Order: sequence, then C-alpha cells, then structure tokens
Amino acid sequence: MSLLVDDKTHQDPQAQIGGDHRIPDQSRAARTRSFDVGAFGLPTGREEEWRFTPVDRLGAVFSDAATDDRDGDAAADHAVTAGDHVTVGTLAPGQAPRGTVLVPEDRGAAVASANTEQALHVAIDAEAELAEPVRVDVTGRGAGRRSNAHVVLEAGAHSKALVILDHTGAADHTGNLEVLVGDGAELTVVSLQRWDDEALHLAQHEALVGRDATYKHIAVSIGGGIVRMNSNVRYAGPGGDATLLGVYFADSGQHLEHRSFVDHNAPRCTSLVTYKGALQGDTARTVWVGDVLIRAEAEGIDTYELNRNLVLTDGARADSVPNLEIETGDIAGAGHASSTGRFDDEQLFYLMSRGITEDEARRLVVRGFFADIIAKIGVPEVVETLMTAIDEELSLTMGRTPAA
Amino acid sequence: MTTLEIKNLQVSVETEDSAKEILKGVDLTINSGETHAIMGPNGSGKSTLAYAVAGHPKYTVTGGQVLLDGEDVLAMGVDERAQAGLFLAMQYPVEVPGVTVSNFLRTAKTSIDGEAPKLRHWVKDVKVAMESLRMDPAFAERNVNEGFSGGEKKRHEILQMELIEPKIAILDETDSGLDVDALKVVSEGVNRIKDKTGLGVMLITHYTRILRYIQPDYVHVFINGRVAESGGRDLADRLEEEGYDRFLPAGV
Repeated sequence: MSLLVDDKTHQDPQAQIGGDHRIPDQSRAARTRSFDVGAFGLPTGREEEWRFTPVDRLGAVFSDAATDDRDGDAAADHAVTAGDHVTVGTLAPGQAPRGTVLVPEDRGAAVASANTEQALHVAIDAEAELAEPVRVDVTGRGAGRRSNAHVVLEAGAHSKALVILDHTGAADHTGNLEVLVGDGAELTVVSLQRWDDEALHLAQHEALVGRDATYKHIAVSIGGGIVRMNSNVRYAGPGGDATLLGVYFADSGQHLEHRSFVDHNAPRCTSLVTYKGALQGDTARTVWVGDVLIRAEAEGIDTYELNRNLVLTDGARADSVPNLEIETGDIAGAGHASSTGRFDDEQLFYLMSRGITEDEARRLVVRGFFADIIAKIGVPEVVETLMTAIDEELSLTMGRTPAA
Repeated sequence: MTTLEIKNLQVSVETEDSAKEILKGVDLTINSGETHAIMGPNGSGKSTLAYAVAGHPKYTVTGGQVLLDGEDVLAMGVDERAQAGLFLAMQYPVEVPGVTVSNFLRTAKTSIDGEAPKLRHWVKDVKVAMESLRMDPAFAERNVNEGFSGGEKKRHEILQMELIEPKIAILDETDSGLDVDALKVVSEGVNRIKDKTGLGVMLITHYTRILRYIQPDYVHVFINGRVAESGGRDLADRLEEEGYDRFLPAGV
C-alpha cells in the first residue's frame, strides 16, 4: 500500500496557498504509458494531470498531425553542434535505444513520438570527457506551424558531458527527450525555453540513470506562450544521483508549467528537485507539480524537493503541488517544501533607505531570490543567459506597482 | 554644516477602518555634530517619527514640514532622502535573502555617491570598519540580516552608517536587545563616526542606558505624538529616577 504524503515528512503550510490541493486518487506509477496516441483521449482539463493547464489553447499540439515541413523550410530547425567523441545519427521508431526509456505519458508526448519518423540520436562515447558542450539548437520557423521532435541522448559509461537544448523562435512544438545515462557517467542536460510569445511547447524529458551515475536536468523557461515540461527520472541501478532544477519567469499571458517525477525504483539513490520561479503581470501563470515515488525496493534513498515562487505584481498566479508516495520506511530521508510569496515591500524600503533606487532594489531582491538555485546550476553560459533574461524581464515592470 | 528641521509634523497611519493620527505636531531641529536623544514610553510615536522622516509608505504625512538644509524632504523618494544625507538605523532590520552584505554595501555606496567606490580603497574601508565594530570578515559574505543575531543586526546598521557617511542619522532603538558589550561596541562606533564626520544624531531610545556611552547634547521627552519637554543631559537623569509618570495622565 502506498502512503500519499507521509506524515513523517515536512510540509510547509504555505504549500496549500496555491489553491485546491487535492491528493491524487491513484499512485503516480499507475498513469497510462503508451506509444499509441489513441490510448490518450483529448485532455479536457478535468484530468488530474491537466487540471492546471489551459487545454483549450492546446488543440494544435494535441492533434495527431505531421510536422509542417515545407520544401526546404522545416517547421523547426534542429542544429547540432558537437565535437569529438560524439556521434550524431537518427533512430526509427522501435530502433533501440529509442523507446527503451521514454514511453509517452500523455497526449503531447504520444503525438510527438508517433509523428517523428527519424529521432535525432546523440551518443557520447564511453569514458569521454567533453571539453565543450553539445548543443542542439531548436529554432521554430513560425507560430502555428506544427513541429514534432524526439531526441535520444546517450551518455556512455563514465563519460562526462554537458548538453544544451536551446529553444527559440516560435512553433507549435511537441518535443520528447529520451536520456540514457550510462553507469558512472556524469551528464548535465540544460533545456532553455527562450521561445517567442506565440510558441506552444509540450515536452516529456525522460531519463534512466545508470549505476553510480550523476544526472542533472536544468529547465530554464523564460519565453513561450504555453510551456509544459515533464522532467522524469528513474534508475537503472543503485548509487544513482539525480538533480532536477528549474528556473522560470512568467509575464502576462504566459503559462509556464513544470512537472517532475522521480521514480525511486532502486536502492541507495538520491534525488534533489529544486524549482524557483517569479511571476509578473496580469494572467501570468506558473505551475509546479513535483511527484516522488519511493518504491518498496528503494531502500536507503534520500530525496528532497522544493519549489518557491515570488509573485511580483497583482494578477499573477502560481500553483505548487508536491506529492510524495512512500512504500518503504527504510530510507535515509524524504522531504519537500513549497511556498509562494509576494514581493516584500519591507525589503524594498530597507534597500531604498540606503539610497538604492527602486529599480536597482527590485533587481537585487529578485536576483537574490534566484541566487541559491543559480549557484546550483553551475554552468556559466547558462547562468549568464539567465541573469540577462531576468534583468530584461524586470526592466519591463519598472515603475509598475508592486504586489500589495 | 547641515540642519534637519522638523516643523509641526503630523503623521497618521491607515488602520482597518480609519486613519489614526500618531504624530500631532512635532518640532525639532538637529544640526551637524549635535546629538538629540528622543525618549518616551512605548507607543508615544518615536518610531513613527523615524519612519516618517525616512519615508516609509505606511505613514501618511498630514501636515507640517521636514527640511534638510532648506530642501523639502517630504517631496523626495525614500532613496532620494538617503542620497541627500539622511540615514535610518532600524530597530528591526530586514532580511534580504540571496544578497550578500558585501554586494549590498557596495550597491548602497555607489547609489549614495553616484559612482562606484574605488575598489582598493573600498575593500580597505570595509575591512577597517568591520574590524572596529568587531565583526568577523566572513560576515561580508553572509546574506543581508539573514540569520543575524540581534547584536549582529545592529552592528551591521552602524557599519552601513560608517561607510555611507550620512549627514544626519536617526538611530531607532539601536540599543534595544543589546547586551552591555555589544552596546559599548555600537556606541563607540557612533561616537567614532560623529568625531570623524560631524554627524548629527537623533537617538531614539526607551532607556537611559545608552546615554552613558553616547553623550546627548539635548534630551526630548516624547509623549503622545509630540515633544512634551526638552532639556539637557540632566533631563535624562531625572527620567531615570522618576520615569515617565509625571508626563502621563493620572491613572495610565
């Protein structure tokens, strides 16, 4: 039997602020997984996993439609930059390792999989330590143009690499990422969502973490009309370590949704999930749902998940739902925390009373809010991109009345 | 020579149903080099005076004037007041997560001076100021006021004052919650800054204890939103013996 939200774990009372917090009536592990698009009905918004999402605006990415490639004009370019010890190829459906780790868990992932004839395959040699990041630049070639993608990323045993997936431009994009982290490998995957305002993006990023391997997944969502990303992890053996990080900044009209699922299916593994977001402007909307399942066999594991949201102006809404299922008590630790707070006017007053201008004071507070997660990201290129983006976002609100 | 003039200042604060008048016509003039102790019972409006002069948005000025060398302070934003030379050492300094003391001090100094301080001098100035306040150098890398003890918060306020070099400082119950050792360190800091820069000080306190370490030139008894009596050092001694009873209505 599974205990939903074990009472031994800490739950920040503010976790409830996000609103109608309901405990799901089934284990996270029981969710439908299938390559068959027909296995998933069109979401109505009443389903547990779609209840926060504006499904009425997602018809274009739910439809079982081919990529809108035109002669010499792809709906979205996938440009790969890779150096030595990296092999780039393609994989047809059913061609391993494609499909061995990622089985679609929702409608968006199923249509992405079904409509990608050749998945991009990026394989890093075993024991290779890459000096430069592998980049996959995804550039949407037009709002409303349907784009399906499936990327298979394989990090060989004991390899060490950084892979950056950078989404820009606009498209109606469904993108799957299937990650195999070899035994003892150290892999960092960064997914940047820097879309234009009109872009739609559904994503399932699914990783299998090898024995004693280290996997870090970093989601950075700044652009896009609707972004909904699932970042999921399970383990191929004991000793695996997974860190799922996310930073997001939503403006008016944006819906940025991040979901994570850590399936502790092996003993003595660890996971750390940390997502932090800021919101500003009317109708800015963010969602974070963090699921952790500790199976009976996952003895000695340690897991912690945390979500913090900073609401900068009135009219924005952040939902935050941590779910923890524990099937064994024999663990090193399990906890979660969640809070959503408004911009603190007392901080603003304190800083301004030292001569600091309002704009600069707001920048300090917001940068300070993100400081700890930025330190965890540890990829200078990504940190720089992110800080620039945060400053740009803030320059939009200068002079706007802060949340009361 | 700088003069802060507070003339017939009236201030109210919004409550749930109505505006409540807290300051009922305060008159006070502070010149460079002078130390004015403002003493009074809890709830008399001492802190309101401090926050109103600094420009906290919670307080509404309904009448009167505040002038700094003739300039209308009430027309300035909170940051402009600080840039003009006013400083408020707070009773309850605010935590700012993720912002280090060193970053905060440098940003404040840059804002006050209108240009970034010369790095080499600045590093030395910070180091010397921290040493004289007996603060561990590691303090500079901690987040502003986060997890600080009461004594550390107050030392940090004085550290800012030393580096920012204001013309007039308002110390709002800087002595509260300090043990004698910390009180001495903080008082030495205030005296050192006064000697160095000719700072004018409005020293708000509930107790006479701090006046053993910081000599006031003037003592003002603050009762029910206005100055009830002004005098010299001897007035403080008298308050120490008699308390505030004679200023309060019978039965209170």
